[in-house]
Amino acid sequence: MTAAVAQVSDQAETLLDIRDLHVKFPLRSGLLMRTHATVHAVSGVSVNVKRGEVLGLVGESGCGKTTLGRAVVGLAPTSGGSIDFDGQELAGKDRDDVEGLAKKIQLIFQDPYSSLHPRKMVRDLVGEGLILNGIASGAEVDRLTLAMLQRVGLGVEHLYRFPHEFSGGQRQRIALARALVLHPDLIILDEPTSALDVSVQAQTLNLLKELKAELGLTYLFISHDLGVVRYMSDRIAVMYLGNIVETGPTRNVFDNPQHPYTRSLLAALPSIHPDQRKTRIVLEGDPPTPIDPPPGCPFAGRCPKVQPLCHEQKPVLAVAGPDSLHLTACHDPDL
Amino acid sequence: MTDSANKNNLLEVDDLAVRFYTLRGTVHALEDVSFKLGQGESVGLVGETGCGKSLTARAILRIVSPPGKIIRGNIRFEDKQLLELSESEIRQIRGNQISMIMQEPKMSLNPSMRVGKQVAETLMIHDKSLGKRGAYAQAVDMLNAVSIPDPKHMAKRYPHELSGGMAQRIMIAMMLVTRPKLLIADEPTSALDVTIQAQIIDLINNLIEDIGSSVLMISHDLGVVAETCDRVIVMYAGSVAESGRVRDVMENPQHPYTQGLLRTLPDAIDPGEPLYSIKGTVPNLMDEPLGCRFAPRCPQAMDRCSRQKPPVYDVGPGHQVACFLHEATSPVAGASTASMGVLS
Repeated sequence: MTAAVAQVSDQAETLLDIRDLHVKFPLRSGLLMRTHATVHAVSGVSVNVKRGEVLGLVGESGCGKTTLGRAVVGLAPTSGGSIDFDGQELAGKDRDDVEGLAKKIQLIFQDPYSSLHPRKMVRDLVGEGLILNGIASGAEVDRLTLAMLQRVGLGVEHLYRFPHEFSGGQRQRIALARALVLHPDLIILDEPTSALDVSVQAQTLNLLKELKAELGLTYLFISHDLGVVRYMSDRIAVMYLGNIVETGPTRNVFDNPQHPYTRSLLAALPSIHPDQRKTRIVLEGDPPTPIDPPPGCPFAGRCPKVQPLCHEQKPVLAVAGPDSLHLTACHDPDL
Repeated sequence: MTDSANKNNLLEVDDLAVRFYTLRGTVHALEDVSFKLGQGESVGLVGETGCGKSLTARAILRIVSPPGKIIRGNIRFEDKQLLELSESEIRQIRGNQISMIMQEPKMSLNPSMRVGKQVAETLMIHDKSLGKRGAYAQAVDMLNAVSIPDPKHMAKRYPHELSGGMAQRIMIAMMLVTRPKLLIADEPTSALDVTIQAQIIDLINNLIEDIGSSVLMISHDLGVVAETCDRVIVMYAGSVAESGRVRDVMENPQHPYTQGLLRTLPDAIDPGEPLYSIKGTVPNLMDEPLGCRFAPRCPQAMDRCSRQKPPVYDVGPGHQVACFLHEATSPVAGASTASMGVLS
């Protein structure tokens, strides 16, 4: 397994290459709607996804992981940096200007209860992408739609039903069919199972793995659930307050976390086995808001090993540990 | 089980049944739910969405709203039969002796009242002798006890000014300020991030130790229950499937549902292997409950499982399972007495 992962990371071509990406949202108020503060949702993120791999993006709510995913598909405004997708520059461009982008990148949303149009039938929900992108027409649309529905475990009896008639797990399958029918290169999965119960989550994760192997897909898998990310991803990137603080092959990051934040995140995970209980590094305080963040390390305010330098200078990602693919942004990770 | 053993239990739920009478039919939401909670004990109630874990808690506080109705059962709290009390008598218990922390702290707090006043209000309702000032001072002390930084100033904030973790601390302060004998925590950390969740779990553990409260912790997260509770009760489709000490249930589950549930967790498995998934879906609770609710999805189901409801078997000390697979090897629980409860 490890060998296979290394192969993907070393030789595969880079499908998505994000460099120094910034996403800022101005906060306006008053009569003239003057900008009085800025939310730095993503501040200087560099990360890449190789063809055929699963990159897990983890972090707590508000860390910017969803915004990063949305920026890639053009749903969040970028204010600096570049997004190179298969040789095409996406940053700063309108989503409609990039020809065929929808065919190549698809986004699956977290909440299957609100991401499907309630007044459209499954047949139209799944098939409309084919028509809009000029992939198929007429009877061909229905044939492709049905084939994809069957592939995700639904059938012909579901074609003429509305989203409200389905359970959460089934709706997520519809959303998946809707994305996959276009044969995209990259699928961004934004917390695809967090609205589901564990037994349904297991079915969905298995399906995602099967489909990836069968159709040669590439996933950017966004989640706050470390167990799910560990299971799904080849590599992971840990985000905190708009920055990536650690990235590397999944096994390395889980077995040998380098950044103090990753360590406390892993230690905070409750275990079902009383004997495996870890000494918890309970972090003080809440994550700071991304509104006009101070200079220096984003984690400095809660870090148990903070030094004066951390408040002044923002650390950059650098190789940590024996593996050259394992990077961390910390001034002194060994401390 | 002798009478004196029963006295040590703070709460005994026996044969509880709740139904919802809707226009489309009767929903059998809870059937034969029985369990006991000892003095100072913390018990976790786990299960998936719709299994009736929150409803059980609501039934204990008698806040099941129509069309739901408690149709059968006994709930004994100390020496009182909760289901037989008058509305004014149960009000004396709610919030005073039994408190409940809800899942969404921001939805449970009054958005238009400063948080310090909300905590003080709880105190004043339950202790009429306490003046406004005295109650407020105690409320600020309580905010300090739940590790809210700068409690004097935070007491003057409104709920919308607080983060999720802070709001949950306020809720905990509000519920524990009356020093209840039983704290019911309904998914207290599911709306929170993991690092904040760890803080809140530690906080609840420490506070209840100080106050000496018993806890009924409701969660879909088996990890959270394993870290906080002494015992765990696993519910499926309105019935108790298995109960026992956390270690026994997590490491040696005996009910096919518990076994399946633990195997579906992605945490422990090698990423190369497919996750186990329980076949099928949760039954429609509108159907008349015949036999074991898990039978249609159970990999080890026998003919009788769909016709006959399994009794509760003792499979170990304090470890009980409602499954026919244990018929040959284990005695029926509480065979000496009429009740089929959980030994503590």
